[in-house]
Amino acid sequence: MPDQETSSLPTLLLLLPLLTALVILLGNKVLKGASVALSVFSAAVCFIISFILLGTQDSSPILLPFLEVGKFRIAIDALIDQQSRGMMFIVTSIGLLVHLFSLGYMKEDEARVRFFGSLSLFMFSMTGIVLAGNLVMMFIFWELVGLSSYLLIGHWFEKPSAAEASKKAFLTNRIGDFGFMIGILMLFMANHGDVSFLGLKSSFAEGPLHEIAKSNTTFMMLAALGIFMGAVGKSAQFPLHVWLPDAMEGPTPVSALIHAATMVAAGVFMLVRCSFVIEASLSAATIIAWIGGLTALMAALMATQQNDIKRVLAYSTLSQLGYMVMAVGLLAIQVSGEHHEAGPGHPAMFHLYTHAFFKAMLFLGSGAIIYACHHEQDIWKMGGLMKHMPVTFATFAIGTAALMGVPGLSGFFSKEAILGLAFEVKNPSGSPLFWVGVGTAMLTAFYMTRMFVVTFFGKPRTENAHHAVEAPIIMIFPLAVLALLTLISPIGPVARLLQAMEPKHAENHPTVMIASIAALIVGVGAGIFLYRGKDKDPLNIKLFANKFYFDEIYAVIVQVCQDGLAWFVTGLERLFVDGLVARLPAFIATRLGSAARVLTGGQLQSYTFLLGAGVLIVIYLVIFVLPHLGH
Amino acid sequence: MSLLEIIILLPLIAALAIWLGAPARTTSVGVSVLNLIMVLGLLFQFKSASVGKSGFAFESARTVLENPSISFGVGADGVALIMALLTVLVAFAAVWQISDDKPGIYHIASQLIAGGALGAFLCTDVFFIYAFHELALIPTFLMIALHGHGDAENCRSVAWKTTIYLGAGSLVLLAGLAWVVLEFSGGGQLTFDLNALRAQAATSPLPADKQAQIFLVLLIGFGTLVSLFPFHSWAAPAYATAPTPVAMLHSGVLKKFGLYGLLRIAMPLLPQAIHVAWLQEALLFMLLGNVLVIGLVTINQKRLDDVLANSSVMHMGYIFLGLAAGTEIALRGAVMLMFAHGISIALLFALAGRLRSQIGTLELNKLGGLGAHAPAFTILFAFGAFASIGLPGLANFAGEVMIFVGSFTNFGSAQFTSLQWTVVLALWGVVMSAVYMLRAYRHIFHGTASAGLFMTDSSLSQRFPLVLLAAALLIVGCCPWLLLGLIKSDLVAGISAAAAH
Repeated sequence: MPDQETSSLPTLLLLLPLLTALVILLGNKVLKGASVALSVFSAAVCFIISFILLGTQDSSPILLPFLEVGKFRIAIDALIDQQSRGMMFIVTSIGLLVHLFSLGYMKEDEARVRFFGSLSLFMFSMTGIVLAGNLVMMFIFWELVGLSSYLLIGHWFEKPSAAEASKKAFLTNRIGDFGFMIGILMLFMANHGDVSFLGLKSSFAEGPLHEIAKSNTTFMMLAALGIFMGAVGKSAQFPLHVWLPDAMEGPTPVSALIHAATMVAAGVFMLVRCSFVIEASLSAATIIAWIGGLTALMAALMATQQNDIKRVLAYSTLSQLGYMVMAVGLLAIQVSGEHHEAGPGHPAMFHLYTHAFFKAMLFLGSGAIIYACHHEQDIWKMGGLMKHMPVTFATFAIGTAALMGVPGLSGFFSKEAILGLAFEVKNPSGSPLFWVGVGTAMLTAFYMTRMFVVTFFGKPRTENAHHAVEAPIIMIFPLAVLALLTLISPIGPVARLLQAMEPKHAENHPTVMIASIAALIVGVGAGIFLYRGKDKDPLNIKLFANKFYFDEIYAVIVQVCQDGLAWFVTGLERLFVDGLVARLPAFIATRLGSAARVLTGGQLQSYTFLLGAGVLIVIYLVIFVLPHLGH
Repeated sequence: MSLLEIIILLPLIAALAIWLGAPARTTSVGVSVLNLIMVLGLLFQFKSASVGKSGFAFESARTVLENPSISFGVGADGVALIMALLTVLVAFAAVWQISDDKPGIYHIASQLIAGGALGAFLCTDVFFIYAFHELALIPTFLMIALHGHGDAENCRSVAWKTTIYLGAGSLVLLAGLAWVVLEFSGGGQLTFDLNALRAQAATSPLPADKQAQIFLVLLIGFGTLVSLFPFHSWAAPAYATAPTPVAMLHSGVLKKFGLYGLLRIAMPLLPQAIHVAWLQEALLFMLLGNVLVIGLVTINQKRLDDVLANSSVMHMGYIFLGLAAGTEIALRGAVMLMFAHGISIALLFALAGRLRSQIGTLELNKLGGLGAHAPAFTILFAFGAFASIGLPGLANFAGEVMIFVGSFTNFGSAQFTSLQWTVVLALWGVVMSAVYMLRAYRHIFHGTASAGLFMTDSSLSQRFPLVLLAAALLIVGCCPWLLLGLIKSDLVAGISAAAAH
């Protein structure tokens, strides 16, 4: 039986946003403006609940029934532990701030009721992912965040680019979910139908999965990579990273909440939840670490040549997600390959937390800038905004510094934790990935400096930038809160609130410290040197600007493999199946048809004749032929 | 007269009454509502109803013929009731949306199909099961020929193709059923009573290989009716051509008869057949044809009705997968998906029908921007489209996930058999479904409308039955236990238990 004490709060947390979304869907004609208020109110209540949850004990209550057949049973259950409590706090706090920000940003949008409805749907789905106590439930909400992301990216669906971007996001994620489902099914089979996280964990410690991990390494590797494929889609890792930059077609608050802070990080969250699966296969862990490292480096290179302020941030998100995924892989290598005890906390989760705050702030900041510049997004058409938008400037500066990893700010600590981990890993992958991490850090410092200098300094390059004014208080307030959180999150009460996900390191490596500070100095220095006082980009690297031509390559693949194959198969089907299997009946049909026409002289009559004859034959067979066969 | 008999006969009487001159719409809608209420009533009663040894509740029988023994026997278990619920829901929506300018034959045909389907689902005598299904087929052919979309030449040829295919399928089926009756009529007298046949099959089962042979004949017969690859090529043109209520009722309800027949007749009588390797592999191969080949064919379609018609053929592959797996979870998933698919495809065909009558074209390239003009229409379509691509929270997902999970039940194993490999390939079909559905959705609702090619929402009363269908998808999708739990006993448990011996 579900324990009332522990299940009522999470149930409310899960159902409140769902009810809100349903009420808005059904009652938007009656409610009008009230539905916006309802959505914000529900986000606020969710925040309060998750705040209360921070102080509760670990538990795994069943919230709602879902499926039950014989012994097989899948419920909507929750796993409340340090990881989910912390993530829940991130999701609801940033969620609430983004709701508030949107009140200002979407004020003049005609479809803002639909916007807030979708936002509530997102809060529901994301809550489900964070609470999920088993893999099937996680998959359910996994797909549902995909839906809300689809709806929000395509909010301005009249715009062809937004419509295409939303479709691309959903389909790319579907490819990831294909692998995710296979991984879940493999674990389901191997673990006798139990896919709860607690059940899987104990089975990996000593149980059927422990045995299989030793006896059938291929199976384990494929299962781990299947699960990982889900994260590759959701967290936009190479080679499925292409949807995230396009997702910037959505309204900017959505980019902040979904495509920077929470949903895209769900892949990392899920991998950490399933870390026991990855730890069971050294080869899978190695692949994951390298995919993460590759994504981090590649996305950082692309970010250096983007001109759209949101796209720079989007590639930066890709790059940081790659960092987290790399950390997941590295820790698994360390645990499985070197029998290293995994300490409390996880560097990937720690970076996820810190990144969520400063990246949400950067996106909301860019939203304030875009709002002030009348929906201009090209950084080369901005400039000199420091004077016009001082608060945005200040918060943006804090966010940029945190993202670069300036010592003392949250991003510095979490980046150090990952680099330190890479440094410690004795596996041959450790050292090259450490340098990939340092290189990415340098590139991050470079492209953020570039964006910051071009946007805020120099002279306004267009009329829009010249007339920019500071955003209204409803938009400034969330920025200020996030800036505060970024400043104090590693040390102050917030860290204690999140029960300090920071992994405890035995020692600080001087090499790591020196390398990362050197990377910071080189990156910032090069950025200032190249971009100070410039009106157009002195660098022109086509390969980076065009994102290594992934979109073009994929377009060809889709055209050849999918559309071409579809065309080919359709032709084949017409020729053979329809031709051979249908030609004969068609031949009979014409013969019978003409015979029937001769007999009765009309189409309608010939149908009825044929069918009548059929019924007669059946009756004849049943009554006269069958009895004799029986004897 | 028992309630089940009334439920079966009421639509047939309504059809007769309309033919004799009763007001078409009033009679038709009235009867549909009445039937909906009665079936819902039965569902609630079913919990406390006494279930016979056969697993049926509400049983009654009237002897028609002594030798061979044929009786008009009716009875319902969980699966039959779910199918009956599907029938009355879709029938209600289908007759409600027939506009007043259509001739009475639309209502007559719809009621005949509904009555025939209900008879086929609720009878317990093989003869009547078969006869009711044939009865329901006739109006399908006629309506395609007389009132189909497109030019008369096309309608005629499509109607012919459908007739020939389904006629041939029915003949193979007849042969298979005759074989079954001959094998399982114990005591020297032929019987068509399903319960008697099942008792005989339980006491003296056939060798597994012989079971598989008979099963194959039934599979081809029933399979043709369900558009199992490669016997499918009648289905897509038939649905694209058929008038909207017929397309809704046939693709949503009547097509499920083939699957229902396999579950009701073939699998209980021949429980080991599906676990015979060659038969299982043959079925897996054919259903992959449905999922992968037709999935690709669907991607290549340029008109909404062709997309929907082909997708409906494709999704049959997943239900067959549930049958091929043969475990209790997978079989229940198959039943769930039969219900879910029926509702979702009927919803989509109804909306496509409205689009055709309002705008005059279903060519995807010409459509666009409806999302801004007709929000309620858009939301309803989204329900159908996302249900059919298996979005969690809508009913189809619950069925699909049960089928997938039920195919992975060789517990403790770390080896894949052909069944698991099939699931892996079939899962790729889920990606393809998303490709063609979202492509269609983007073409119809996103972007901007071309001049003159837009429509506005219909009135609330007009879309009421469609809202009902969407609500059914949502409720069953969020609470699949509701549908599973309503049923305390059904044939599925029997099949998987019998196979285990």
